[in-house]
Amino acid sequence: MRRLTNVAMIIGAACYLVSCSDAPTSHLNQQVSPTSSAASTARMRLMSQDEYAYAIGDLFGPDVEVTQTIPRAPRVTGLLAVGTGVAAVTPSMVERFHRDSHLIAEQVVGKARREFLVPCKPAGISAADAACADKFITTVGRRLFRRPLSEAEHKSMVQAAGEGAVRLKDFYAGLSFTLAGMISSPQFMLLTETTEVDPHNARRQRLTGYAKAQRLSLFFWDSIPDEQLLRAAERGDLHTERGVAQQIDRLVNSPQLERGVRAFFSDMLAFETFADVAKDNVIYPAFTQATVPEAKEQALRMIAHHLVAERGDYRELFTSRKTFVTPNLAILMGIIAPGPGWSEYEIPQSSQRVGLLSQVGFTSLYAHPGRSSPTRRGKAIRELVLCQKVPDPPANVDFSGFEDPRGKMNTARDRLTAHATNPVCAGCHKITDPIGLSLENFDGAGQFRTTEGDAAIDPSGTLDGVAFNTPEGLGKALHDSPALTSCLVSRLYSFALAKAPGANEKDYLETLRAKFAGAGYRVPDLMRMISNDAAFFALAAAPTTVAGVTP
Amino acid sequence: MNSFSRRRVLRGVVGGSAVTVGLPLLNCFLNGNGTALANGAPMPVRFATWYWALGMQKKIFVPKTVGANYDLPEELQPLKDVKQHINVYSDFDVLRDSSAAVCHYTGWVALRCGAVPKGRGDLPSPSLDVYVAQKIGTGTRFPALYATATGNPTNSYSFRGPNALNPSVASPLELYNQVFGADFQDPNTPVFTPNPRVMVKRSVLSGVLEQAKDLERNLGSEDRARMDQYFTGLRDLERQLAGQLEKPRPIAACRAPTKPAEIPVGLPWERIALRHKLMTEILQMAVVCDQTRVVNMVGSSQEATKEGVAQAHHNTTHEEPVDEALGYQPLTSFFTRRAMDNWAQFVGAFANAKEGDGTVLDNMLIYADSDQSYARVHGLDGLPMFTAGRAGGRLKTGIHVNGAHTPGSRVGYTALRTMGVDMEAWGAQSNRTSKEVGEVVV
Repeated sequence: MRRLTNVAMIIGAACYLVSCSDAPTSHLNQQVSPTSSAASTARMRLMSQDEYAYAIGDLFGPDVEVTQTIPRAPRVTGLLAVGTGVAAVTPSMVERFHRDSHLIAEQVVGKARREFLVPCKPAGISAADAACADKFITTVGRRLFRRPLSEAEHKSMVQAAGEGAVRLKDFYAGLSFTLAGMISSPQFMLLTETTEVDPHNARRQRLTGYAKAQRLSLFFWDSIPDEQLLRAAERGDLHTERGVAQQIDRLVNSPQLERGVRAFFSDMLAFETFADVAKDNVIYPAFTQATVPEAKEQALRMIAHHLVAERGDYRELFTSRKTFVTPNLAILMGIIAPGPGWSEYEIPQSSQRVGLLSQVGFTSLYAHPGRSSPTRRGKAIRELVLCQKVPDPPANVDFSGFEDPRGKMNTARDRLTAHATNPVCAGCHKITDPIGLSLENFDGAGQFRTTEGDAAIDPSGTLDGVAFNTPEGLGKALHDSPALTSCLVSRLYSFALAKAPGANEKDYLETLRAKFAGAGYRVPDLMRMISNDAAFFALAAAPTTVAGVTP
Repeated sequence: MNSFSRRRVLRGVVGGSAVTVGLPLLNCFLNGNGTALANGAPMPVRFATWYWALGMQKKIFVPKTVGANYDLPEELQPLKDVKQHINVYSDFDVLRDSSAAVCHYTGWVALRCGAVPKGRGDLPSPSLDVYVAQKIGTGTRFPALYATATGNPTNSYSFRGPNALNPSVASPLELYNQVFGADFQDPNTPVFTPNPRVMVKRSVLSGVLEQAKDLERNLGSEDRARMDQYFTGLRDLERQLAGQLEKPRPIAACRAPTKPAEIPVGLPWERIALRHKLMTEILQMAVVCDQTRVVNMVGSSQEATKEGVAQAHHNTTHEEPVDEALGYQPLTSFFTRRAMDNWAQFVGAFANAKEGDGTVLDNMLIYADSDQSYARVHGLDGLPMFTAGRAGGRLKTGIHVNGAHTPGSRVGYTALRTMGVDMEAWGAQSNRTSKEVGEVVV
């Protein structure tokens, strides 16, 4: 765990509990107003691990250690975010939530932090102090639950803190146990939305301001709303176009936007599977377990830098020569590290390592522990980057025709060409392999090579009729593919609303794609367009079946 | 349990001060012979599941002889010391009906829940261990434990239904902390004092449960069901904490295992074996110490590697030629044999744990299965399965049963019936069965 100085902790803690966000506001005048029937029901979804960690960090400081608490949701229609809307919470998960919430709470009210994170001092440390407990619970509870606590919730928590303090003869212990209870409660862990009667149409329901604040902060920041967003909800600002636009401006121009962008691309590109990556240390001695998080971070830095810091064209992510390296990655890339830690690095024109997909991250993730995999890479590009479904391999296939007892298949291309001789296999391999084979210059650890064994690698490939013979050519073909941007729009919209786009939203997505093109394919602008539209806050539930609740 | 209810006692304790009190025991001591509990009730029967990846090669796996005293072909040689505790099931099938077979998925889903999935990701109904845990798991600290030797928490073959996989604990250290960490109460402590911290935890939890009920009012039916699942978890936890306020029954054989070191991720077979060994020791003692009566273990990975070999286990099944002299795929078989090493270790751990005048395995049923039969062709015919343990005398052991291509769900159904789950039939469509494997039932 990192140690901060007291001064830093004071400044930090002040930010966490009362929000220091004061980002400038500006307008890009690129708001989309399509006539659309796009809508979403009020939703309830399980918090993701990153949302959980950011929420705790935003509230109590990033130095509070957070363990891996929430298991991966199922991937539904391409995204874990959609899966969080159907993921069940099993008893063993609740037990885990509870255990880990105590580890967090102990840190928050522990001696090192209580001075900064508890906004008052109890009259006596070994007794209950209802007024001080009240102050802490009210402030923290509002952020954790993304709304003010109900009277009953508030009363119950303050009472529990008091009883705990008396029983344990320790005010802070009582507070710690109560905080743990809040963190492990469904009110925190399940991102539920509340609705209320629409004052403009008493027969309709709408999301409350707090539910709107939650949608916005989760989308842009991958975290719970800050105090400013909650205040905007409280004032009713999020029921006005101006109020929403103001908050979107603030969110899109804040430093935390990078978290939202990283969260989306981590989900879209299935980066959660980096957790499972391990390479054979005889075949790839330069790729150690220390390399894995750096390979992932390299991809995310490249994405965040290009899309957020430079407000770059999304398509150019696949042809960019600007990346980031560490000494570990530099070894794999065959270059000399510019310095210790992370350094920005311009890939020379002579190198084939062009674009996001040629970096160590993508090429090592979509590979085997001991060798590359054109099929995995091709499948990932088809499914994750272009939103095209590759069918599962069929069962009961006779693989004897693909064996190589005489050792004549020297390269992946040789082996996969054999697959193409079987019509049952050929259908799918023709979809994946011509793309993946063009990345064969990168082995399973992302190292550049021109031969496999003693055989020269032929990196030629095709994507939907466009031929190329270098990884750079693949990048250019992807850059020019209409599927690249339509996939991004669909996935980002789906991520924002944590639901699969409906069949009736096709036209809306096409309109959005056209606007995205008009905005130079800039992702933060696309996020603004998605959130600054009635569809983002819409409800599809029948109004008579949803009870109105305003906390 | 006598008429002095847990809740009544708990209320008294929580309402009063923390003093040393004599609480009614969860269970009584063993009788003089060690064959039953002192009150005459039979010894509790425990349940476990165990999974290995990528099946087997029939020629060197399936015993030639059927019935008792079966032979051990090459791939089963690792079982030689525990063979007498194990039943082998061959030629039991998964019937696809109209569903497409999903590679490395349909087989295990169908065996664990008796129904074939519609596609990848579909989990049609709860897995058999969930029913068993509901039946026998409510009186212990953990209704069930889930562990995987693969280092990946998503490797689990236990599920409560659609989108409800029970995630595994993937690190031995984490499993140790879960069971034998700060909250573990040594049942052999001479003086028992209810922990006031547990009392406060439970009190806070009761408040959370009370307040959270209001959340349900505004939800649709599917979300309400998911919220109910959360409540079930909270109530389980409340019960678990209540249990910690009672004096546990002394269990002489209970000893907390050694705290293991953290093991890095990765799937070299040696690392899987090490995780498996450490986790098996923890699970064995979790059962001995009556912390749980249901454990689930994932014993191998289809991505297992052998140092210096480019192909992982799964690749080898498809790409490795059949050795003309041996008549099988040798590298693929190497991985299967390492999985069988782990299976023998798992069974051996419970067979070596003394309980009364027998062993824990005498009062246990372990069910084991895989995803494919002949992985080279993604075979679903003749999916290999095992059971181990006599389940308190309800099952015979040391038998090889040939299923004559009847549904493999019969083995799962036998396990359910043996564990007291009252079902007339289990499964769906062609895999639905009401026929136990009579050859092993006493």
